Amino acid sequence: MEFGFTTAAYVVAAVLFILSLGGLSGQESAKRAVWYGIVGMALAVFATLIGPGSGLWLLSVLLIAGGGVIGYYVAQRVQMTEMPQLVAAMHSLVGLAAVFVGYNAHIELGRVLAMPFADRAGLEGFAAILAHKSAVEVNILRVELFLGVFIGAVTFTGSVIAFGKLAGKVTSKAEKLPGGHLLNAGAAALSLLCLIWYFNTGGFFPLFLMTLAAFFIGYHLIMGIGGADMPVVVSMLNSYSGWAAAAIGFSLGNDLLIVVGALVGSSGAILSYIMCKAMNRSFISVILGGFGNTTGPAMEVEGEQIAIEADGVAAALDEADSVVIVPGYGMAVAQAQQNVAELTRRLRAKGKTVRFAIHPVAGRLPGHMNVLLAEAKVPYDIVLEMDEINEDFPDTDVVIVIGSNDIVNPAAQDDPNSPIAGMPVLEVWKAKQVFVSKRGQGTGYSGIENPLFFKDNTRMFYGDAKASLDTLLTKVD
Amino acid sequence: MKIGAPKEIFEGENRVALTPQSAVQLQKLGYEVVVESGAGKAARFEDSDYKDVGVEVVKTAAQLWKTADIIIKVRPPEKLEVGRFRKGQILISFINAATDEALLEALRAKGVTAIAMEMVPRISRAQKMDALSSMANIAGYRAVIEAGNNFGRFFTGQITAAGKVPPAKVLVVGAGVAGLAATGASVSLGAITYAFDVRPEVAEQIESMGAEFVYLDFEESSQDSAATGGYAAPSSPEFREKQLEKFRELAPDVDIVITTALIPGRDAPKLWTEDMVKAMKPGSVVVDLAAERGGNCDLTVPDEKIETKNGVTIIGYTDFPSRMATQASTLYATNIRHMIDDLTPEKDGKPNVNMEDDVIRSATVTHAGEVTFPPPPLKVQAIAAAKPKKVVELTADEKRANEIAAFKKQTINQVSLIAIGAALLLGVGLVAPASFMQHFIVFVLAVFVGFQVIWNVSHSLHTPLMAVTNAISSIIILGALMQIGSGSFLVILLAALSVFMAGINIFGGFMVTRRMLAMFQKS
Repeated sequence: MEFGFTTAAYVVAAVLFILSLGGLSGQESAKRAVWYGIVGMALAVFATLIGPGSGLWLLSVLLIAGGGVIGYYVAQRVQMTEMPQLVAAMHSLVGLAAVFVGYNAHIELGRVLAMPFADRAGLEGFAAILAHKSAVEVNILRVELFLGVFIGAVTFTGSVIAFGKLAGKVTSKAEKLPGGHLLNAGAAALSLLCLIWYFNTGGFFPLFLMTLAAFFIGYHLIMGIGGADMPVVVSMLNSYSGWAAAAIGFSLGNDLLIVVGALVGSSGAILSYIMCKAMNRSFISVILGGFGNTTGPAMEVEGEQIAIEADGVAAALDEADSVVIVPGYGMAVAQAQQNVAELTRRLRAKGKTVRFAIHPVAGRLPGHMNVLLAEAKVPYDIVLEMDEINEDFPDTDVVIVIGSNDIVNPAAQDDPNSPIAGMPVLEVWKAKQVFVSKRGQGTGYSGIENPLFFKDNTRMFYGDAKASLDTLLTKVD
Repeated sequence: MKIGAPKEIFEGENRVALTPQSAVQLQKLGYEVVVESGAGKAARFEDSDYKDVGVEVVKTAAQLWKTADIIIKVRPPEKLEVGRFRKGQILISFINAATDEALLEALRAKGVTAIAMEMVPRISRAQKMDALSSMANIAGYRAVIEAGNNFGRFFTGQITAAGKVPPAKVLVVGAGVAGLAATGASVSLGAITYAFDVRPEVAEQIESMGAEFVYLDFEESSQDSAATGGYAAPSSPEFREKQLEKFRELAPDVDIVITTALIPGRDAPKLWTEDMVKAMKPGSVVVDLAAERGGNCDLTVPDEKIETKNGVTIIGYTDFPSRMATQASTLYATNIRHMIDDLTPEKDGKPNVNMEDDVIRSATVTHAGEVTFPPPPLKVQAIAAAKPKKVVELTADEKRANEIAAFKKQTINQVSLIAIGAALLLGVGLVAPASFMQHFIVFVLAVFVGFQVIWNVSHSLHTPLMAVTNAISSIIILGALMQIGSGSFLVILLAALSVFMAGINIFGGFMVTRRMLAMFQKS
């Protein structure tokens, strides 16, 4: 088939991808937008299969189908609470694929360059494109290819570690090897040396060495970031996988790869930015990992945590007119979203106003809570963002905090020495009464004391979120 | 130890410091309780009521003083009563420590530990024993009732077959505990109620009770009641002038005026002057709750009700709580009981006058043969200091100027960003070959489109966004597909693996996105 057709198909596919991302601005249009994405992808794959440069299409179709079956199976089986792990796992696949494609490009390049000029005319497919390159273009190609492999490799190990942390298979604490970020800097410097080396010689060894260094960077960088910063990490890896695709697109001279890579890359970058802003931390400080660098001792917390039983919560809910529920990662861990939804249904049936307040970094993935609540069939129009609901807390009778901690910590506003000072938080303490469902008295994930738990209008509803809500549901009918 | 409550001997005092209810609570603290016969009669507590809960009833006051170790009273002890004290006894009552030095000296000479209920500091912990507040609450309520008793019309407006009745207009001056209680009572009777206070922060409390706050048009750093322990402080002459001017304006209009303005340790400020009374309509009523300290109104006669020539009734009673003796006794006895509770941390029936305790230290005026009044300042501040609020109202011009400035700044930002970007592009273009530039332009444009599009994605759809970008980042499959047909076995193997992995990603990513989106449902 003609080259022009492929290009035309690519243009259509690129437009479809842009529409598919743009459609996510609303819940209803998003349902249509996915189909744009699917059609775009199908068109791109089809055009490539029948376009110039491809071969073994039967094998390709079989492989795609095989991968598709696995992907379909996984997508059907995955629990909504496991979504962060799934996303991280999928990023690692893209990263690894980018590394492989980059290596292929290197091998092909070596093969083509080794041929005498006369033979090059007879080449087909990808090799034919390489054959037409001038010396400068070959050099640029090497840089592009090198970058693609580097980013791909970082994405791969980074995503594997992120997956491990999110799935609880690797400790979610921030851990570093002795030497800390110096090791990362060393590996990065080594990669840079390899780039110069590779640029001049075109040999395999510098490429391979750089890949190892990049694998190490990905591993060590993500190991050094704590679980609470995972939303940033996941969106950052998302961004990387896009940039890897774009770099590979450059080396292959494929515009669609470049376009889509750039779209995905910028999308991930924006998500990372939003997440960082929601935690009032700079991107650099998240990457460098861990809390710390406080300027003085934290404010003393006075008072005591007062516990309450399900009866008390039920009585307060019975009297309340407006209720706001603040879910956090604890709800996801306890798989309590169905109980929360059931509680919501019962309270709404009694004519009470029930709403949800979602902090941008609640959970371990951007938008994590929204997906969980949607799964439990909580209507999305009562699920509100922080900025939409923060002003309403003083008029709220009861706030139920389920498994969140830092995002409702008043120290962010009151205590300039707090590690989270300045982070925007949900001002739940302004409500008439606050119930906090929490496993125990500990400081939770980030290790920061939460003065909310000691306030006069706060009652602690100890226990596993799901079990607590189960008992609560028996009292509310 | 025994706690004894004598009959009050002050003329017209109907209250009693002990009720059968509080007696039960005191017994639980390990005390025995004695009461003088007839002590509760005026407050409708009979001797038999006390006996029923195990209280010993003694015939005379002299006997009571002899048996009891702790004397609880309402009014400050009179000479006769002071004479009955013996060394080591504890007295808990109102004492007027600030004004009655002679009494303090007499109690000290007797070796009495005197705890003055009016000296209980206004901190959250001590609210349960704040007898001033509980008495002021009663006074405020009663003031409205007394006013209604002397007022010839309805409080609430009505339209009846016999004609229209306008609602009464009530002005409450001073929104302390008494003022707020009066405001509440007056609002609930249906009157149109206005309230005034020198502390602007109480406006919210007044409005929350359904009354209207009378604002003064006055520029002065407003009073911060936190600095004065929750009470009002004297105001500047200019402020006073402005205030009187406002009252003069209101006087012809209001039917009932209830004044409750008191400043601790001073005579009551004169706020309702003679000319204001003259301006009022005949039949109007002024209730002066500050009569005991000279009154807020010029014409007030303490302990009396008078009528002026123009037919305005001015009530200067000083015994409002005593007029509601049952209620007042119940609340006062509870305050006393809480005080004793704090004095008996061990609940063993033995009082411990702990001078380290902020509340007990403040309230104790004589102890161990010494006068301990006035107390040192509190370690805890009564009320958290109000943060100074600065709301700067921008004029339309300033707003416009701000907008223009913001617009300019934005423009400069954008232009400089574009300029830098363009310069970089040009720089790259100078060295890079044309074939590279073609792709590079596509790349830059795609990044640009990406930024424009992604900002519009709604927050709640961030997880689907990640899943879908994940799926489409498997576009890397194109690269693998292009390579799979050419070259060596190794290339084919790596490309095949890439195709396989990308295949997982494409289907997995899109499927999971669809699953998620299908869950988002509107109510």
